[in-house]
Amino acid sequence: MAMNYNAKDEVDGGPPCAPGGTAKTRRPDNTAFKQQRLPAWQPILTAGTVLPIFFIIGLIFIPIGIGIFVTSNNIREIEIDYTGTEPSSPCNKCLSPDVTPCICTINFTLEKSFEGNVFMYYGLSNFYQNHRRYVKSRDDSQLNGDASALLNPSKECEPYRRNEDKPIAPCGAIANSMFNDTLELFLIGNDSYPMPIALKKKGIAWWTDKNVKFRNPPGGDNLEERFKGTTKPVNWLKPVYMLDSEADNNGFINEDFIVWMRTAALPTFRKLYRLIERKSDLHPTLPAGRYYLNITYNYPVHYFDGRKRMILSTISWMGGKNPFLGIAYIAVGSISFLLGIVLLVINHKYRNSSNTADITI
Amino acid sequence: AQHLADNRLKTTKYTLLSFLPKNLFEQFHRLANVYFVLIALLNFVPAVNAFQPGLALAPVLFILAATAFKDLWEDYSRHRSDHDINHLGCLVFSREEKKYVNRFWKEIHVGDFVRLRCNEIIPADILLLSSSDPDGLCHIETANLDGETNLKRRQVVRGFSELVSEFNPLTFTSVIECEKPNNDLTRFRGCIIHDNGKKAALCKENLLLRGCTLRNTDAVVGIVVYAGHETKALLNNSGPRYKRSKLERQMNCDVLWCVLLLICMSLCSAVGHGLWIWRYQEKKSSFYVPNSDGSSLSPVTAAVYSFLTMIIVLQVLIPISLYVSIEIVKVCQVYFINQDVQLYDEETDSQLQCRALNITEDLGQIQYIFSDKTGTLTENKMLFRRCTVSGVEYSHDANAQRLARYQEADSEEEEVVPRGGSVSQRGSIGSHQSVRVVHRTQSTKSHRRTGSRAEAKRASMLSKHTAFSSPMEKDITPDPKLLEKVSECDRSLAMARHQEHPLAHLSPELSDVFDFFIALTICNTVVVTCPDQPRQKVRVRFELKSPVKTIEGFLRRLTPSRLTSGCSSIGSLAAAKSNHKSGSSILSTLSSDSMLLRLEERLGRPAPAIASNGCGSQAASWAPELPREQEPEPEPERELRYEAESPDEAALVYAARAYSCRLVDRLHDQVSVELPHLGRLTFQLLHTLGFDSVRKRMSVVVRHPLTGEISVYTKGADSVLMDLLLPCSSDDARGRHQKKIRSKTQNYLNLYAVGGLRTLCIAKRVLSKEEYACWLQSHLEAESSLDNREELLFQSAVRLETNLHLLGATGIEDRLQDGVPETVAKLRQAGLQIWVLTGDKQETAVNIAYACRLLDQDEEVLTLNAESQEACAALLDQCLHYVQSRGLHRTPEKTDGQASAGFSPLCPPSTSTASGPGPSLVIDGRSLAYALEKSLEDKFLFLAKQCRSVLCCRSTPLQKSMVVKLVRSKLEAMTLAIGDGANDVSMIQVADVGVGISGQEGMQAVMASDFAVPRFRYLERLLIVHGHWCYSRLANMVLYFFYKNTMFVGLLFWFQFFCGFSASAMIDQWYLIFFNLLFSSLPQLVTGVLDRDVPADALLTRPQLYRSGQNMEEYRPRTFWFNMADAAFQSLVCFFIPYLAYYDSNVDLFTWGTPITTIALLTFLLHLSIETRTWTWLNWITCGFSILLFFTVALIYNASCATCYPPSNPYWTIQALLGDPVFYLTCLVTPVAALLPRLFFKSLQGSLFPTQLQLARQSATKSPRRLSASKDTFAQGCLPRDPGTEHSEGRTINSSMPLSQPSWHTQQPACSPEARGEPSAVDVSMPLRDHPLPEGLSTRAPWSSAPREAVPGGCPEEPKVRAASTGRATPLSSLFSLPTFSSVNWISSLSLVSRLGSVLQLSEQPARGQAGRGLPVRPCPGRPGLQGPHHELLLG
Repeated sequence: MAMNYNAKDEVDGGPPCAPGGTAKTRRPDNTAFKQQRLPAWQPILTAGTVLPIFFIIGLIFIPIGIGIFVTSNNIREIEIDYTGTEPSSPCNKCLSPDVTPCICTINFTLEKSFEGNVFMYYGLSNFYQNHRRYVKSRDDSQLNGDASALLNPSKECEPYRRNEDKPIAPCGAIANSMFNDTLELFLIGNDSYPMPIALKKKGIAWWTDKNVKFRNPPGGDNLEERFKGTTKPVNWLKPVYMLDSEADNNGFINEDFIVWMRTAALPTFRKLYRLIERKSDLHPTLPAGRYYLNITYNYPVHYFDGRKRMILSTISWMGGKNPFLGIAYIAVGSISFLLGIVLLVINHKYRNSSNTADITI
Repeated sequence: AQHLADNRLKTTKYTLLSFLPKNLFEQFHRLANVYFVLIALLNFVPAVNAFQPGLALAPVLFILAATAFKDLWEDYSRHRSDHDINHLGCLVFSREEKKYVNRFWKEIHVGDFVRLRCNEIIPADILLLSSSDPDGLCHIETANLDGETNLKRRQVVRGFSELVSEFNPLTFTSVIECEKPNNDLTRFRGCIIHDNGKKAALCKENLLLRGCTLRNTDAVVGIVVYAGHETKALLNNSGPRYKRSKLERQMNCDVLWCVLLLICMSLCSAVGHGLWIWRYQEKKSSFYVPNSDGSSLSPVTAAVYSFLTMIIVLQVLIPISLYVSIEIVKVCQVYFINQDVQLYDEETDSQLQCRALNITEDLGQIQYIFSDKTGTLTENKMLFRRCTVSGVEYSHDANAQRLARYQEADSEEEEVVPRGGSVSQRGSIGSHQSVRVVHRTQSTKSHRRTGSRAEAKRASMLSKHTAFSSPMEKDITPDPKLLEKVSECDRSLAMARHQEHPLAHLSPELSDVFDFFIALTICNTVVVTCPDQPRQKVRVRFELKSPVKTIEGFLRRLTPSRLTSGCSSIGSLAAAKSNHKSGSSILSTLSSDSMLLRLEERLGRPAPAIASNGCGSQAASWAPELPREQEPEPEPERELRYEAESPDEAALVYAARAYSCRLVDRLHDQVSVELPHLGRLTFQLLHTLGFDSVRKRMSVVVRHPLTGEISVYTKGADSVLMDLLLPCSSDDARGRHQKKIRSKTQNYLNLYAVGGLRTLCIAKRVLSKEEYACWLQSHLEAESSLDNREELLFQSAVRLETNLHLLGATGIEDRLQDGVPETVAKLRQAGLQIWVLTGDKQETAVNIAYACRLLDQDEEVLTLNAESQEACAALLDQCLHYVQSRGLHRTPEKTDGQASAGFSPLCPPSTSTASGPGPSLVIDGRSLAYALEKSLEDKFLFLAKQCRSVLCCRSTPLQKSMVVKLVRSKLEAMTLAIGDGANDVSMIQVADVGVGISGQEGMQAVMASDFAVPRFRYLERLLIVHGHWCYSRLANMVLYFFYKNTMFVGLLFWFQFFCGFSASAMIDQWYLIFFNLLFSSLPQLVTGVLDRDVPADALLTRPQLYRSGQNMEEYRPRTFWFNMADAAFQSLVCFFIPYLAYYDSNVDLFTWGTPITTIALLTFLLHLSIETRTWTWLNWITCGFSILLFFTVALIYNASCATCYPPSNPYWTIQALLGDPVFYLTCLVTPVAALLPRLFFKSLQGSLFPTQLQLARQSATKSPRRLSASKDTFAQGCLPRDPGTEHSEGRTINSSMPLSQPSWHTQQPACSPEARGEPSAVDVSMPLRDHPLPEGLSTRAPWSSAPREAVPGGCPEEPKVRAASTGRATPLSSLFSLPTFSSVNWISSLSLVSRLGSVLQLSEQPARGQAGRGLPVRPCPGRPGLQGPHHELLLG
């Protein structure tokens, strides 16, 4: 029986141990983390504490805004709508589908000369390049030069996947709807002899697009050979291997095509069409004067109330002309400043009362 | 035929094969999972798909996989522990080998014979067939099942106990019938049918339950009746509970709003798309993509498709990560609560346990607390305080004084006096009896000094061995008068025991005294053990074991010859004498009857005690049973430990021991009591009628060794017992005397109850042989009956317990737990309504309520005691009318009190102050039953709602749960139930939050609870700090989630206006799908887990901050919609600034979408930082990590593949953007613009209309000087005081009574003459130290500053507080500074006045005035005053 009692003792943890003994207890660790006593910064949001933030925002944003605004204002930009829906427009004649090819000319004047590189864009409005089904309607493998995808494009391209039992290259709605107006720019000099402005076709697409994403199908030198067994998109006039005369700008790696394939975010957009490189530091790229725009009008937009524009623009460090960002900065900065003043007043008025007013039930 | 379970334990849910389907099936019970899977599957429909189908499945699969992995891990650990348990070994009888062989637990089957040795764990539910114990008993420890540490006794099945030889399983041929497996631990019914057709009933006493441990018995053999999962232990084992918190319910409602919003957005988009299609389809628009077969969609079909696609695209609105995040946050919160060192109880070495993982935030919203009293508010450590025997009161002043010293010693614990011998000192305390009063008080004092913490801990460890016996309980100083009487009894009985009726020689009073102590000693189920030596059975056995089994047996035993034959006694005397000399074992044949009583001695040894005491030796030899074991005089006495089932029993036994009436041994059939002169008396225990809550009493039927009479000793609640007394005629003097005694006793009982003591009445009945025989017959029938046995036994018990003779009554004190009054005060300040639901009697409950400040002296108490339904209705109406009229007339009227006299106001009229809070309601169980009827419950609730606190006395467990249910459903309030015993289980289960106290009374309450706390006082921190934090954190996180998702979805929705409502998305699908899961999840989790809106100290000093949770201030519909509106605004800003910035530019879809994603991420983080109140390094790191992760993922993702991820094809996008200044400029201005309004309004609100929480936060971060000052004013402001208190000193004292209230029991030492002679300094510190006052409270009583000076080293802020309050305290503190002022008197008078309430204020104005001024007044005159009003009230 003596055994029993001892055994019981053991089970129960033995006889009471001495006070100083290191008995294992379930006492939780007294660490800052476990006791939720981590050192912490405890900001309190009151008028007094917050108002410096408002002033700082105001003081930072307003100068930035002014800077952006000035920069944006220094950008030269001219926009010419050549949709031709107005009867007076020279391109009005091209609205009817019968006239092919239809060439129209629009005159315009540059009041001030454009310095530096000038970018020539075409702009479309009310054109939903961001429509879900439209955005999907492409085959990146095909565009990347994948041989199997070339002849068997992805289902996403439906209904622009096959035409007359031949695979379409490039397939899909995006490619099919490619912008195909041709724009030419002429400077009407003093001697009334129009001088064509040199428009650079290359360098308008992202480098990665041109060199990584888009590739022509593998094969021999002849591009037509490489695209053998495919047919052109329904809406296109020429097959893809005849987009340009230069070999490194033809087929899938044609930059106009690449630019088009980068679907625009918003229904009103512009796409880079050509570059006008400045030739020398002495002469402006586009001197002030009269110009005319020669348009080979192929791309119908009036059916869906779209607009077509040609834009000439210089750029700054922050890209094209956009006054909004500057205005936004100035506005946010000013509002912040104003609110800061309101808080200052409130803080001044209520500081005493808020400090003395203590919790009451 | 029927398959019976084997003993294999299998708690795993899955097998390898079934895991996947079963787990998935279970996971899909969650609606959200189904929703997300459906949406992911919708992606596989080509017409509507928005994302790459595989990708869309990714997050859902991720969530499912994470949950599945967690489940798998849990299951695996369960499997491992199962495996361990299954492979425990035990001895099972093998029929083949005809011996016991070692087998694994899992191989045990029903019907196997199992042999268990001492300290083995019982592997299955086993019917006990044989025990090594000669009595056929064995002891088991059930701590694993119910947490009770006292040993339980189990009995061999009747019919097997008589076997002389060892039980042989091969000869077992009986059939056992038992009920179906069930989870009732307290019940087992069945019968065993022997070959000869005899049936014997089986009861729970025969069953060894799985999980218990065999103790103090060498070996037992039993047959397995339930195995494996059919055992009661496993049937009781229900897993953790899942509850849904209020916040989650609210959140689910808002999720539905989000669904509605989603549908609206999708509908809007669908209509838009239909119109768009209708407009552009016919127009040869080159961007219009027809169907794959070239046909064009009808606008309606397109709209339907668009609707579905939109749902997929906008699915983020219903956040898949919300549920996961909430789970994670809750787990972390639970972890932190568990880890809180301030919720750790050193004495019991236990910390708070969160058993429910998902209702932490409910803790912050509780409105009603339903508390049990015993063991919850009180310690459930019973202290014998006073008793009355035969109408004479013994007040035990010395004992009270000693208890007071305990506290005093406690308060002096700083002055630790190292004493090496303290342990041994303490060890012997129990045995030092009255003779060494002085010595004991010294020793107790010293051991208390040796660091009361460590001491308490050791004591608690000791009490693991011995349930319910702390040194305080064991140590009782007897009342000298009573002690005198007891020893007189003892002596004269010893002298008279030769005579035939020894008791008759005593005066009725002395005989009552004797019987009283015998009853205290034997009328219980206490088991005696010895701590310092192996448990030995001091064995004196009858030949016939166990109580009488048959009438024949009884008659044989009770033959007149045996009782009366003097010669046989003499003969035995001679034999005994000779035996003493020889010292050999005694076989005393006692009668000429055919059935001889054989006395067998096993541990006999020569008894020098008897020899040295001639008188005693004679007596001993006369007795039918001889005292075998008498300790050599004088020391060392064996210290006996008493293991009781309830603390009351232990207290009574220890009390009796103090009067030298020692319970030395208890077997199932006999009890031995030792008296100094009489020596050992062994009572033959015929029956024990156990305690039950219906009868509210227990009885033992014994044969008195001195008289041989059959006596019934009953102890029970006075309310029951008083009605069962033998009606006494008022004709004869005896009857009148009895009547007088009864009324006196009743008076004392009332007095005890008023004093907050638990009362028990002790009564006796002497049965004549015939009566007993008659009763026995029916009782045996009842015992052996198979159906409704309980019912029959109950009736049988009721039949026995009548015509009782009242012996006396006891008053046992159940001390309040530490810090209960403070906790109650804090919780009430926090706006919690506290209801006490107790089974105790009304007066006791009311007094405990006063003691723990649930009731205040200066508030009205409405008492509802109705005898009938109609009366109850009328009373309710009256009360309601009164409460309403009180509400109307806010001016103090004295007549108010009189008006309430109809329903016995406990509180005198003068204090009915109009400015005070509502009255309190006291209702007894019977009235409660009426009030809970359908017709009255509304009225009752309406009344209860007006009341400050409600006390339900004498309520049954069912009523408790009904009350909780009623409040919960009718008032739609958040309820918390806290209790410690089995009777609170139903209440705990019904309440929104159930809290169990892991205290003295087993584990049932804890098992049923959601949270288990070691002490009541931890509730304060749990609710006020953790509850508030959890609620505030989770509410903010949920709001943030809604904001985040709405804002994100808003961006996509605005875009639909610019993409022909085609459900196109500018945000890359990868970002869209993983945004919530990866980029923006961590910071909010950290905030959700760690954010502290107000520091813990500030919350504790300002409990009313808790109200923000009750009122749902953080998360209510208003804030939800405000949040949604802000989200809409922010998404507008975040969409249109990039829109305008990139308007008419050559940006492509995803190059424009990526800045928007970045902006969204930055805005979310900034928004979160506005909402985050505490910034730890974790916040900073996670915010930085989120941004870093986004850019890293974007850079890798955008560089990884040129042709993958159609249609977004984001190759080199982010790289290009990073080179674009516009990207940075947009990302800078947009979040600022989006958040400016929020920041502005937040700071404006913080300045102009700060919430309580904000103020608390502000002042908490300010300098300590301001903190204490504001606390002071704060306390003044929040507790409106009676305006009248300023006028008179008397009033001031009275209103400050609650301060001394908790220590009211210390008044008694002050009352007694000795106490007044004590040096004053010690006594002053006593009540104050013992009840450390919270800062906020201490300042409200101006005078408290003065006595505080006596306490060295209080709280650090104390000086400031004192300084702040001295201004008000001038009149009194100047008094205190008088050198002549006696603090003792001051304190004592203070506590007296507090007890008296304001009755005294009116009637004894001069006396009180004196007391207030601290003049030496004899405080004791207060006592009659105390009785006066209350008495009147009780009778009236």
